[in-house]
Amino acid sequence: MSEKSFRQAINEALSMEMRRDPNVFLIGEDIAGGTGGDGEEDAWGGVMGVTKGLLGEFGAHRVIDTPISETAYIGAAIGAAATGMRPVAELMFCDFAGVCFDQIMNQAAKLRYMLGGQAKVPLVIRTQCGGGFNAAAQHSQTLHGLFTHIPGLKVVMPSNPYEAKGLLIEAIRDDDPVMYMEHKFMYDDKGEAPDESYTIPLGEACYSRDGEDITVCSLGRMVNLCNQAADELQAENINCTVIDLRCTSPLDEESICESIAETGHLVVVDEGYPRCGFAADIAALAAVQAQSALRAPVKLVTPPHTTIPFAPALEELYIPSVERIKQGIREALGV
Amino acid sequence: MTDHTIELSPEVALAAYRTMRTIREFEDRIHLNNAKGEIPGFIHLSAGQEASAVGICMHLSEQDHIASTHRGHGHSLAKGCDVVAMMDEIYAKRSGLCAGKGGSMHLADLSKGMIGANGIVGGGVPLAAGAALKSKVLSSDRVAVAFFGDGALNEGATMETMNLAKVLNLPIIFAMEDNGYGEATPSSWAIGGDAPARARGFGLATYSLDGHDFFQMYQTAGAVIADVRAGQGPAFLHINLSRYYGHFEGDAASYRPQGEVDRIRDEKDCLMIFRHKSVAAKLVTAEQLDQIDEEVIRQLDGAVEHARQAPLPTAEDLLTDVYVSY
Repeated sequence: MSEKSFRQAINEALSMEMRRDPNVFLIGEDIAGGTGGDGEEDAWGGVMGVTKGLLGEFGAHRVIDTPISETAYIGAAIGAAATGMRPVAELMFCDFAGVCFDQIMNQAAKLRYMLGGQAKVPLVIRTQCGGGFNAAAQHSQTLHGLFTHIPGLKVVMPSNPYEAKGLLIEAIRDDDPVMYMEHKFMYDDKGEAPDESYTIPLGEACYSRDGEDITVCSLGRMVNLCNQAADELQAENINCTVIDLRCTSPLDEESICESIAETGHLVVVDEGYPRCGFAADIAALAAVQAQSALRAPVKLVTPPHTTIPFAPALEELYIPSVERIKQGIREALGV
Repeated sequence: MTDHTIELSPEVALAAYRTMRTIREFEDRIHLNNAKGEIPGFIHLSAGQEASAVGICMHLSEQDHIASTHRGHGHSLAKGCDVVAMMDEIYAKRSGLCAGKGGSMHLADLSKGMIGANGIVGGGVPLAAGAALKSKVLSSDRVAVAFFGDGALNEGATMETMNLAKVLNLPIIFAMEDNGYGEATPSSWAIGGDAPARARGFGLATYSLDGHDFFQMYQTAGAVIADVRAGQGPAFLHINLSRYYGHFEGDAASYRPQGEVDRIRDEKDCLMIFRHKSVAAKLVTAEQLDQIDEEVIRQLDGAVEHARQAPLPTAEDLLTDVYVSY
């Protein structure tokens, strides 16, 4: 056990799995950075430095830089997975799914079912999500809802270094295509995580904290904001259960419903778009499966249904804040 | 033109003829039976294009991969997919190659190195590059072939993949089957510039082929695949050929000039050319080919009857194989 950054945790998971399994390889834009040039070869290690150092250990045939051609290399990763490899592709920003979504939606997600069960696609697509960097509309989205909508994809979003490492190792070993979403605001977040290899099952939520008054469901970076809100609300005598879902597909419906049965109140906090989104999905789940336990309407804390603004003054208003989460919890409890 | 016929053994020639003849009969049966209402869904037939699929796939083993297109029956048969299981699939039966969940546009048999037909134009091209990437990562001598049509040459996926293949030196052959029409639109109109020049622009070794002539296809593809297998980098085949039926079954193909298909059938049919050349060169006899014709007809009789009688998928099949585990 030692303190690691979110970035280090991901890097460790990748290197451990590459050592363990020769079929694991990395492919993406600038995941080494500098390939073919006269300067430093491992100049970047990915735009956020997550894969830094892996080129040196594993070589250019397993840490593969590509041209800026998301359709070609995401598609090639899918084809390699379908023919027996276990690639980890880096899609620099999840917003860039827009230029390769056919391969994700129509190929990776569908091959197994469409080919009658004969194919498996053990692929991980690591991709950055989230706002907070004033990176504006095309570099700030959190598109887990879009991916979750597609049957055949699994969708993972860790909230701390411990989860980042354990969920990524599990995702690499998993035989289905997994969208692994890294919130770009968290790469320097620190937390305790084992030094050895370990896995966290996909589709099992974690009770991040227990409290009897209300259930707060979230995932990714928003979990940490929910916990902060819950800390502060203790001063108002409000005790929250915070559920860190970790995955949106598969979804741990049981933990959500069990908690609602205990607290009778639900707030869902999410950074994704609200319409047909994750928060609405959890609200629907509660309405369908746990309505009798609900003592008040479900409250959703999400961005508005708008494009993500550039100006810091606007982006601060856009992303759910600790204050907005606290207010949502108060409203759900009617206090 | 060089006469390539004599360089083949009779065994190879007869095997090639049998596969081409099987594809033709397969497609003709589906054309007829689809018109009778026996077959659900969208069907795209490759009758007329047999020499390309067979001339290329005869140089591949089961460990070499191909990715195909919506017009994929011929590629599947040429790569060794089972005739009965394919027919069952197209008839939407549980015993089909894809358990009745894929249909005509998604025929695949990974155990034969057939990654799949594809409903998305250009969609299979990056997947074939993935199989080639596997070969590169594992330092094996396996190759991949991306079959695609003239329409797919204008898809970003295809052009991105040609560039990626060159940059990474992937062992892949881009087999562009130019049947003259992307759906209803002539490729001569839809492709800006010309196709081989475009491939050369990406730095690919590029060859233009007459896809009506099996012998030319077989010889050139063999040499090109050997080069690619030896690590000389990706190659591009521009294959001119003709389809006999519409873009999809039910397409009256009124965008084609009257008499065009009849003229091609009379003058350039790949089975006819094969017969003329191989018999004239005394490679095989007409009687041997006639016998194959009869055997293939009986085989397809059996396949169609099997597909008609085979059981449908059931409600429990609806939910299986979405994930390996969930």
